Amino acid sequence: MTMSIKVRYFASLKESLGRSEDDLEFEGIATVSDVWRRANAGKPLPDNLLAAVNMEYVDWNSIVKDGDEVAFFPPVTGG
Amino acid sequence: MTVKICAEGFDPWHEVQAYQNAAQHMAGKFGATSLFIGTMRDFNEGDDVKAMNLEHYPGMTEKQLEKIVAEAQQQWPIIDALVVHRVGDILPNEPIVLVAVWTSHRGDAFDASRYIMEALKSKAPFWKKEVLKSEDQRWVEKNTDGYKR
Repeated sequence: MTMSIKVRYFASLKESLGRSEDDLEFEGIATVSDVWRRANAGKPLPDNLLAAVNMEYVDWNSIVKDGDEVAFFPPVTGG
Repeated sequence: MTVKICAEGFDPWHEVQAYQNAAQHMAGKFGATSLFIGTMRDFNEGDDVKAMNLEHYPGMTEKQLEKIVAEAQQQWPIIDALVVHRVGDILPNEPIVLVAVWTSHRGDAFDASRYIMEALKSKAPFWKKEVLKSEDQRWVEKNTDGYKR
């Protein structure tokens, strides 16, 4: 079965990648790390990058499923 | 419990007053109200800062803030709480964040508002970009630990 995954980027990461989102399709099982590697092949992983799936923090080994929104962003600096 | 994201400037004093007046369920019940207001400075890391843009992740921001307030509710007997956070273009002296907590006794109000504020700083997906006096722009890289002196 083909999975559709929406990928979003924020703040300095969005600027350095030059885009705010990607739409990816996967066959089989994929983790959050796989999503990053597919979307940004060859790009080194920035330090301290955070990941969220459907707006909840996850670790990089979490499995994604069809329709998930995966987000990558630098440490947060609100308040 | 209310969490609000504002794209325009807000007056924290007015927000607290209006919220408290509207919350009939609290009347006569609260003995303590703790307020934290974060305001934009005109300096950071030794540089003059003349403006700032606050980006956020719409949807996740509200979800995380509601979760933080719920965590605080599990630890302290909170009667009500209000969290307001600004996004967009901000100038020095403008408020960025308001955390208000109403409880029966002061200890819970102080502790719960501190908890909410520190958790917001490390988990709510907001990002600050500063415009310096020199016109250079830079991302704020990380928040400092509020418990460290």
